[in-house]
Amino acid sequence: MYKKGLYTITSNMPLTETIYKMVLQGDTSYISASGQFVEIELPNKFLRRPFSVCDYDDNSITLIYKVVGEGTQLMSQLKIGTTLDLLTGLGNGFDINIDTKQPLLIGGGVGIPPLYNLAKQLIKKGLQTTVALGFNCAEELFFVKEFKEIGCKVVVATIDGSVGTKGYVTDAINQNGINCDYFFACGPLPMLKALCNHFTIEGQISMEERMGCGFGACMGCSIQTKNGAKRVCKEGTVFLKSELDL
Amino acid sequence: MKNEPLNLSVNLCRLQMDNPIVPASGTFGYGNEFKEFYDINILGSFVFKGTTKEPRFGNPTPRIADCTDGMINSVGLQNPGIDAVINHELPQLKTFFHKPVIANISGFSIDEYVYCCAKIDKEPQVGIIEVNVSCPNVKHGGMSFGTTPEAAAEVTRAVKAVTTKPVFIKLSPNVADIVAIAKACEEAGADGICLINTLLGMRIDINTQKPVIANVMGGFSGPAIFPVALRMVYQVSQACQIPIMGCGGVASARDVIEMMIAGATAVQVGSMNLKNPYICKEIIEQLPIEMQQLGIQSLSEIIGIAQKK
Repeated sequence: MYKKGLYTITSNMPLTETIYKMVLQGDTSYISASGQFVEIELPNKFLRRPFSVCDYDDNSITLIYKVVGEGTQLMSQLKIGTTLDLLTGLGNGFDINIDTKQPLLIGGGVGIPPLYNLAKQLIKKGLQTTVALGFNCAEELFFVKEFKEIGCKVVVATIDGSVGTKGYVTDAINQNGINCDYFFACGPLPMLKALCNHFTIEGQISMEERMGCGFGACMGCSIQTKNGAKRVCKEGTVFLKSELDL
Repeated sequence: MKNEPLNLSVNLCRLQMDNPIVPASGTFGYGNEFKEFYDINILGSFVFKGTTKEPRFGNPTPRIADCTDGMINSVGLQNPGIDAVINHELPQLKTFFHKPVIANISGFSIDEYVYCCAKIDKEPQVGIIEVNVSCPNVKHGGMSFGTTPEAAAEVTRAVKAVTTKPVFIKLSPNVADIVAIAKACEEAGADGICLINTLLGMRIDINTQKPVIANVMGGFSGPAIFPVALRMVYQVSQACQIPIMGCGGVASARDVIEMMIAGATAVQVGSMNLKNPYICKEIIEQLPIEMQQLGIQSLSEIIGIAQKK
């Protein structure tokens, strides 16, 4: 079920030059799983903008977003106390009722945020959780400390080698000899493709596609899977690795 | 103001509707998504997603672009095909929508239109068939039928021969003379005209200098096109006797009233459903308030009254 409602910004601040963290206060009762997303109506923009939920509690939602265009630029300038119209409870989210003892969470850039609440849930289940994070460079690092603070083992890869392993997340996974029996991933398509080739184990992958509505009506965000056409916003955003044909 | 209750009902080709509000094809799926938001039985009716003979994935992504007061789509008629719609979607729809639905049929040949309309003709849930001769998204597709009076008339005649249900032809605005095409459809036996489909549009990402839409161009819709739609409804309603469903950029109860004054018997709401899933419910709730303010007792009285002024 979805909820359309008004939410008040209680915090909106930069974590890096282009990555922002926004906290919104309001009804979160329709968010049913980690990895779901919200659609935000922005002033003077026709279509809502989708953002994955980084974290949530009984009355607040944390979003982490990157300023990439006019919409997110506008969002970064919104002041505390501003009210926004949101649709919440969108997307299927990650399924944590799976058979795993050593899950590995892999995030690249702005694909990292939805893994945060997921990591919290997995740790709450008593699972030894490792997180592999990929960035371009040291200046773009965010949330490494936050994952450590909730009890995750964290490995980092940067393209320029300024922090952690030089190269991609797969390089960091190899170099640190990370063992896992299941993975969860979100990030740029080349990273997701590399992971599908890297792993023989099953995993859940959160996909990104340009959306119209966010709730399955417009068919704008469809992808082809091994089980036919699926809407990223409705049947996804999370798909099984075995279902995807990347 | 008289003390009689306000009357929102309209009669659209034998179909008595509680109100003129009809979500437009392609913005409302087969109803499933919106029943999560509200009871869709409050609607006059709705037009289901454009359906073709075979299942279609549609165009490559990205196929959506945001615009000022509107959007571009190049979904390309993604749909499960007519058989899946009849065997799966309609039986499911029956469980939560208890009014006649409007079937949108699209095609790439006269044979395909005929095939699909003959099949949908057998479905008692379908009250009206809306034939899409105007979708600008599909290469070698609907566009060619809707752009000349002859081709539009040919589709109309062929479809009318295989169904007893009222047939509305949904026309493209991307033409030089909308009136000539509408008149050709009327003469060929169309029971009504739907105006308008999307306007052909385009966006470019100024950072990458590439088109935003994978298919380069797409259909522009949303509040920005309302004046174009209204103008075409007005022109066609002056020239034709058959009823019109107005469609294009409708975003409020006042837009609905304006569209009816221009000549529309029913009014479709499209892109706004994607921005605000409650828009049709809000419009239906707002209509009596606007009617009261404007001194309108019955909505059907205002259809086309702009012609008489």
